[in-house]
Amino acid sequence: MEPAAGLRLDFNHKLTIKEFPYIIRWREDRCKRCGQCTAVCPQGAIRPAVKYMRVIESGGDTPKPRPVRRIIHVIEQVNDIEHYCTGCAICALVCPNNAIEPEYNPQNKFLFYKNRGGEGYKRGGRRNDPGVSTLDRLKFTRISMLTDPALDAGRHEFRVRSYIGRILPPEELPLKVENGRLVVDKSSGKFIPPVREIFPIMIGSMSIGALSPTMWEGLAMGVAYLNEVEGIPVVMCSGEGGFPPRLLKSRYVKYFILQIASGYFGWDSIIHTLPYMTEDPAAIEIKYGQGAKPGDGGLLMAPKVIKLIAEIRGVPQFVDLPSPPTHQTKYSIEESVMKMIQSMSMAFGFRVPVYPKISGTRTAKAVLNNLARNPYAAALCIDGEDGGTGAAYNVSLDKMGHPIASNIRECYLDLVKQGKQNELPLIAAGGIGKKGNLAANAAALIMLGASAVAVGKYIMQATADCLGDEYNRCNICNTGKCPRGITTQDPKLYRRLDPDKVAERLVEVFKAADVELRKIFAPMGRSTELPIGMSDGLSIDDKAMAERLEISYAC
Amino acid sequence: MCRLAAITSSKYFSPMENILALETMKEGHDGSGLGLTLKDLGGEFKDLKEYPILSGICSKKGRETLDAYMDEMGFKLLYRWRPKIKPVKGIVARDFYFASVYDYPEEWKDKPFEEKEQLLMNIRLTLRKMGEADESIFVFSFYPDVITLKEVGDPLEIAEFFGLDKDILKAKIIFAQGRQNTNYQIYLYACHPFFLQGYCTMTNGENTAFVPIREFLMSRGFPGYMGYNSDSEVFCHILHYCMRQLKFPLTYYKDIITPLKWEEIEQRPDREALSLLKMSLRSLCIDGPNMVIGFIPDGTCFMVQDAKKLRPGVVGGVPGKYALMSELCGLDKVIPERDESKDIYPMKYDMVIVSPGAKEVKVWNQLQA
Repeated sequence: MEPAAGLRLDFNHKLTIKEFPYIIRWREDRCKRCGQCTAVCPQGAIRPAVKYMRVIESGGDTPKPRPVRRIIHVIEQVNDIEHYCTGCAICALVCPNNAIEPEYNPQNKFLFYKNRGGEGYKRGGRRNDPGVSTLDRLKFTRISMLTDPALDAGRHEFRVRSYIGRILPPEELPLKVENGRLVVDKSSGKFIPPVREIFPIMIGSMSIGALSPTMWEGLAMGVAYLNEVEGIPVVMCSGEGGFPPRLLKSRYVKYFILQIASGYFGWDSIIHTLPYMTEDPAAIEIKYGQGAKPGDGGLLMAPKVIKLIAEIRGVPQFVDLPSPPTHQTKYSIEESVMKMIQSMSMAFGFRVPVYPKISGTRTAKAVLNNLARNPYAAALCIDGEDGGTGAAYNVSLDKMGHPIASNIRECYLDLVKQGKQNELPLIAAGGIGKKGNLAANAAALIMLGASAVAVGKYIMQATADCLGDEYNRCNICNTGKCPRGITTQDPKLYRRLDPDKVAERLVEVFKAADVELRKIFAPMGRSTELPIGMSDGLSIDDKAMAERLEISYAC
Repeated sequence: MCRLAAITSSKYFSPMENILALETMKEGHDGSGLGLTLKDLGGEFKDLKEYPILSGICSKKGRETLDAYMDEMGFKLLYRWRPKIKPVKGIVARDFYFASVYDYPEEWKDKPFEEKEQLLMNIRLTLRKMGEADESIFVFSFYPDVITLKEVGDPLEIAEFFGLDKDILKAKIIFAQGRQNTNYQIYLYACHPFFLQGYCTMTNGENTAFVPIREFLMSRGFPGYMGYNSDSEVFCHILHYCMRQLKFPLTYYKDIITPLKWEEIEQRPDREALSLLKMSLRSLCIDGPNMVIGFIPDGTCFMVQDAKKLRPGVVGGVPGKYALMSELCGLDKVIPERDESKDIYPMKYDMVIVSPGAKEVKVWNQLQA
């Protein structure tokens, strides 16, 4: 028999709330029905509803409880998979009476249903691996005490600085002795590559476009303050997305690394502004890969391409902006390394270090060896599998890529074999500070061989109170609906974020990291130079890992 | 912490002077060994200055292997010094201690000294490798006019054991280290002073930057940069690398191991070169705690401190005889007649340089250079 019109008898294709990753716990008795939670929910996962229910009430001169049937107002979770609750808990944040909060549902079957329409599930944010990473398992075990008395992190002089840029090996320095002094032999005509001194923790590439104007402004302000007031030379990578021309012409551009990726977004305006730039940028980063989605391109979703972004990038408004997985004019490592690095160096008068960024992969050594032979290559940035992203396929985020620890170690030891460990700096990225241990993770990577580390996620989490975590909480950076206002171009959302607060927190984060790095280096007896490759300082509680990383085993 | 006693003089003197100086500095457990390097030799070696001397220790089997190898390489034995061993309780005597003077093989006689140096080093390294597994051969140096002696035990007892008090072994520069090895197993090759192609150092500290420095030196492709049974052998090799390989003047050794801050570099007339050195040689920077005493081929001796001056060191003496000691009591023992007010305690920026023949001493300051 056919069902009656408008009446649906088949419920088989509907999901129960139990299938969802988060279940909204709403307390009717506490809720005053102000509607703030439903107004702020970025996903539309909760909605006000009315129900006809039997309720107990008592009243009158001689109150006596009695059941009545009445229409009541409730907050209910929708069971439409497109409006699943991401657990961001922004509802709990705005509720005046603590009447609502999402609760993680470990039995969820979310991934079974999130590919409707034949499209794989995409999300922003971080890899969902709540396990303890290798970086967090590394311990600093070479502690100075008696044989080599410990240094005092608060009293002794420390130099927590690194270099970005190719450093000439001592044998190739154009030096000669004159009257017992070394002088630079100008007649040699030897090219001395540009080098910048930086704080060993840099802010990784997050583009204007991916980040909201308030977030980007906050970071930029914080970086300028760190450099000019605190004297900590922190640099920040722009990401692919261009740069506001006013900032390009300003003296602050020296604190930024301009990124060129395969979409070439914003490069027109950068090239056009070149003649008017008063300072050189800190470096140029050529992005070939990203740790969160190795071998995959970038994508700025249409809703984020508002007028400002369209102008900076030189594209129409509200269109998807995909960057291909590779620079389409380049077909081999040799060609990429040669042409791209050479042409970028030339564009900036050979005064700016130019280096590529690749995803952590077993082929990293092949890239490294090509760079090692190129006198214009300034560094190599390797982004491990724990790297974050604004938008990527779930499968890329969760299942693709190489952990950074063994990748960087292998590359460093390869350079050691060639005697180029100080010549070509390695920048490590991907998962640093994943559990909050920013300084410890950075120090561990430095001791494994990195000259510097790049951090993105930690910075967002710490400076803008990002809601996401490693249990797939929030992770909707790709939708343009970031509830905090970090990765959105919607003014209603990004106005929630105060750029001054972001800047203030950024300064606090770096000052604290600086102190913590000293607290690690001092007991290990290192102060005047970064302990790059000081592998005798590290241990791990796993024999196989210790063997792989060529460090000691301690349990 | 090791005890160091270096003496440089215009006249020949006995290593007993150094050893008695070490004795005054003695404290705690101090019997991990004695290392002696003698340069500009007198006595029986006075007339053999142009011939290379191989110093070391062998077992009976090792001696046969060594002699056969030297014969095969075409080296002719001219003279062999052997200490008159006096059994001393606590020192396990090995079979054969020696300092053998050889004449170069015919085909090498007319070659430039740089090439001869290379040959001598390669032979020493080969012998070392031949005897390393079964500890049948230890060779410490193979170079003209230089002898190195090492043994495990208390320095004064070792001196008695070797009969140094009676022997006529003399030199114009003698470095002695009383070893206090607390961290690793006692091993002869780990004993200071370390010598490589005319460059020699000893130190009284620990080197926290050992691994990156070792990796950097070993990656330079120079076969002599090996061994590293002690974290201080690298100091000698940095000196060799700085002066012989890179051809830098001696004072740049200080600039390499303890680079100045950028604002300090700005004050130096050679700031451009220093900036390049600071970046290019950052792997060789030491964080201490170390005081390093060394000599170079022309007989110049020096003392430097790490950037925080965390270990003691003093230099003093009279023209014609200067001592570089880790402690003042050692200096008092060796040169009591000096003007004490002129004693030099080098601070973090200083390099004390005693000219060849112990003619004069000067303090080179890294800031004001």
